[in-house]
Amino acid sequence: MSIITIERKVLEKNDEVARQNRELFADHGIFVLNMVSSPGAGKTSILERTLERLRNELDIAVIEGDVQTDLDARRVAKYNVPAVQIVTRGGCHLEANLVRDALANLELKAIDLLIIENVGNLVCPSNYDLGEAMKVVVASTTEGDDKPLKYPAMFRNASVLILNKIDLLPYVQCNLSILKENALKINPSLTVFETSCTTGQGIDAWCEWLAENSRRKTAS
Amino acid sequence: MHELSIAQSIVDIIGQYVPQQDRHTVRSVKVRIGDLAGVVPDSLSFCFSAITSGTPIAEAILEIEHVPYVLHCTACQSDSTTEPGLAICPRCGSRQTTVLSGTELQVVTIDVDDDLPEHL
Repeated sequence: MSIITIERKVLEKNDEVARQNRELFADHGIFVLNMVSSPGAGKTSILERTLERLRNELDIAVIEGDVQTDLDARRVAKYNVPAVQIVTRGGCHLEANLVRDALANLELKAIDLLIIENVGNLVCPSNYDLGEAMKVVVASTTEGDDKPLKYPAMFRNASVLILNKIDLLPYVQCNLSILKENALKINPSLTVFETSCTTGQGIDAWCEWLAENSRRKTAS
Repeated sequence: MHELSIAQSIVDIIGQYVPQQDRHTVRSVKVRIGDLAGVVPDSLSFCFSAITSGTPIAEAILEIEHVPYVLHCTACQSDSTTEPGLAICPRCGSRQTTVLSGTELQVVTIDVDDDLPEHL
């Protein structure tokens, strides 16, 4: 018997491709977000409101990840931004090589901000670095206020938290301050926004933050 | 079910260390999984057997070393285990904490049987 000692990260191949993606984004001065949430939290709606607000200020491109269909890419394409759909055909998350392949369909030098909308899933995408500058996790009030405690890895790995569907607070069993507090128990350094895509509340604050961070990245 | 893709990554790593003709000698592979790695050990074992079935490493056993989630508190200088993911020190309540362990997802060792004859 002999033992081969390895001590290597299981996902190092993904991490290596993510590193190459990150280098490519840096070379082109692109600010990249990886948007994650459970299905139906409102990632695509936030994206639409964001495109409405910022498409004339910034050159934005979108990569959509879904298990099936190109419905989201079509929704986003209405805003006249380049949008690439990745269909994972059963895969529960995006991996760095899928993003790398999708980049071939985008003109990188013409992009300031790239938003990658991950597959709706609060578990699996947290393991896979795509090369993004930061993860943005969306949690909606209809999901209840305990989700950060139930799915801690995703909230821990994110830099920004968007609490969405705040217009529905009167109708759902969700205490917004408890939801926020639970998220901060997992990750005290989260930047938090509260939004409603229906009323538009909070979208300005989120977009101003995003535009400021994209410009800083593009300038550096 | 990202355990399937993780199982595939483990098989790929075995492939990098053990040449094709020796793969049947792999007795076991040890992986280290933290409490906060987001991986279900039973699912990973199931996926590993499923994708190795009918291959030279079909007999290889996946050993899982579990790593607890441990926080270090810079305020009270203590290390403690707590609910995985929580960033609050269970002793003093401070949020000035760093994670010491619990996020691991590593292949640690591969155990091969050198006494087995070469595959014919």
